[in-house]
Amino acid sequence: MELSKDISGCGVAGFINTDGSLISGIDIVDSITLMKDRGNGLGAGFAAYGIYPDFKDFYALHIMYDDEQARKITEEYLDRKLHIEQHGGMPTRPIKKKRPIFFVYFVKPREQSTKVESEEFRTDEEDEFIVKLVMYINEKIDGAFVVSSGKNMGVFKGVGFPDDIANFFRVDEYKAFCWTAHNRFPTNTPGWWGGAHPFSLLGWSVVHNGEISSYGANKRYLEMYEYKCTQKTDTEVIAYLLDLLARRHNLPFELVAKIFSPPLWSEIKKMDDEKRNLYTTLRMIYGGALLNGPFSIIVGFRGGMFGLNDRIKLRPLVAARKGNTVFMASEESAIRYVAKNLDEVWMPEAGEPIIVKLNEEAYKKVYG
Amino acid sequence: MYEIDAKDIYYRKLNETIRDAIRNHKRDLIVDNVCGQYYIGCGISEPDITITINGVPGNDLGAFMNGPKIVVHDNAQDGVGNTMNGGTIIVHGSVGDVLAYSMRGGSIYVEKDAGYRACIHMKAYKDMNPTVVIGGCSGAFMGEYMAGGTLILLGLTQSKKKPLTGHYLATGMHGGAIFIRGKLNEDMLWSEAETVEPSKEDIKNISKNVKEFCKIFKIDYNRVMDEGFVKVQPKTSRPYGDLYIPGP
Repeated sequence: MELSKDISGCGVAGFINTDGSLISGIDIVDSITLMKDRGNGLGAGFAAYGIYPDFKDFYALHIMYDDEQARKITEEYLDRKLHIEQHGGMPTRPIKKKRPIFFVYFVKPREQSTKVESEEFRTDEEDEFIVKLVMYINEKIDGAFVVSSGKNMGVFKGVGFPDDIANFFRVDEYKAFCWTAHNRFPTNTPGWWGGAHPFSLLGWSVVHNGEISSYGANKRYLEMYEYKCTQKTDTEVIAYLLDLLARRHNLPFELVAKIFSPPLWSEIKKMDDEKRNLYTTLRMIYGGALLNGPFSIIVGFRGGMFGLNDRIKLRPLVAARKGNTVFMASEESAIRYVAKNLDEVWMPEAGEPIIVKLNEEAYKKVYG
Repeated sequence: MYEIDAKDIYYRKLNETIRDAIRNHKRDLIVDNVCGQYYIGCGISEPDITITINGVPGNDLGAFMNGPKIVVHDNAQDGVGNTMNGGTIIVHGSVGDVLAYSMRGGSIYVEKDAGYRACIHMKAYKDMNPTVVIGGCSGAFMGEYMAGGTLILLGLTQSKKKPLTGHYLATGMHGGAIFIRGKLNEDMLWSEAETVEPSKEDIKNISKNVKEFCKIFKIDYNRVMDEGFVKVQPKTSRPYGDLYIPGP
């Protein structure tokens, strides 16, 4: 097919089966590929939840290496810090162009490593331990990047069109209850394998259409909490902000959404006292986490998915529901292509999150 | 009648097929299985063409169009009627954001709802007066920077969950008229526009367009006209004239 570069704007898509039923990656690939023209072949990726049921108690580290040297250094480091239950090269199909090597590791922090083994990791929190480990590898080991690090989930991403990347990573062979996908049209930053979406940390994954003009402010804010931005692109901050706000500060997604996309001051002024107080407080405490600029994002998290627009909706996002499945995408056609006879189609309002979670029974089945 | 199957056809190929058919004097085109193909009807000037679309057409439907009539039997996406100069677009469903973006002539009828920024920077010139009728509700920033033309919002799908329109209505508006059926929450209105009672001339204009709308979608005209309209008009034709240089 002739490459056409006259259309710009990334594409995002995602869906979740709230009953936890697993489906292959074929639909998400079809859905994002329908919006092929929203990207230009310089990045695509997928996040899949529920793909490693046999290792659901282990953190699944997807690691990308530039060369064998980087792998050797990283594996020595992992061996020192973690219990590795199993590891191996990620299944891929051959492609012609130069590409990094990918490995998956199913790991757990070792008892002693969380407690006494080293200064930098002295923490009882397993999640915290993994975050620090990921930050260390991304920042300090040349040519090694952790693509994803959550339990029972994984990210597959790289430079190419969505169908190329899906084919390379054999996405069709995985089964997940929730899939998100991205088709990239890089504007301000290089198109490289680590810079493709989704960006992921622990169970969080983000696909994003738009640009974060507040990147500098967000990056400095995150650095105060020891997050290192190493991927050379703006979307990375959203993944880390989610980890900070929703995991470490334990805020509900409804509030996280209002921190990312707060109402304008003119709207806050018109609110009743209680609401005005809340939104003023959020702006004051979490000003550094406000995302400025146009965006629509789909976030995958442990047990669910949510979609969000910037506060004045400068990027498209459509949502739909059919039975137990909720879909989101940049364009309605991307949903309609994979799901006929939808029960409901709607366009979310600016700054209003659509939060979809697994039902309780399904959550137990997937993670329990 | 000339049928085209758009199933899995790339948008460029589909638009070439449509143009070829028109060049071969086909006047009544039916395009089936449309799913997301961009730019359908883009730049077509022949006036007596009808393009019927079954499925969801992609962004910028009817962009730069000069003459034809497009009928969509489903929802449409963003940018319907982008910079359109003439002709008619009828959508039997809802449309996405930036409906009638910079539209300069012709008419658009949407049965249900419109997304954000409907009729942004729509403009009129001499005898070209674009008209948009939205049967349902509309998102925020409706009529943003509107410079001309007529926008009629009926709110027929309004409910507790679905407000008539959103914040920042008519922000930067400096021409044209917006007619809204029912009660408008004045808080929605931004600072460049004001509401007034529609004049007799205005009511005539509304009736004519609503009649056409009701005929197309088979809706009871009297029921629609039972409720009153408010007119949103710009306070001045140059709202930002003194933004950088203090005025008198």
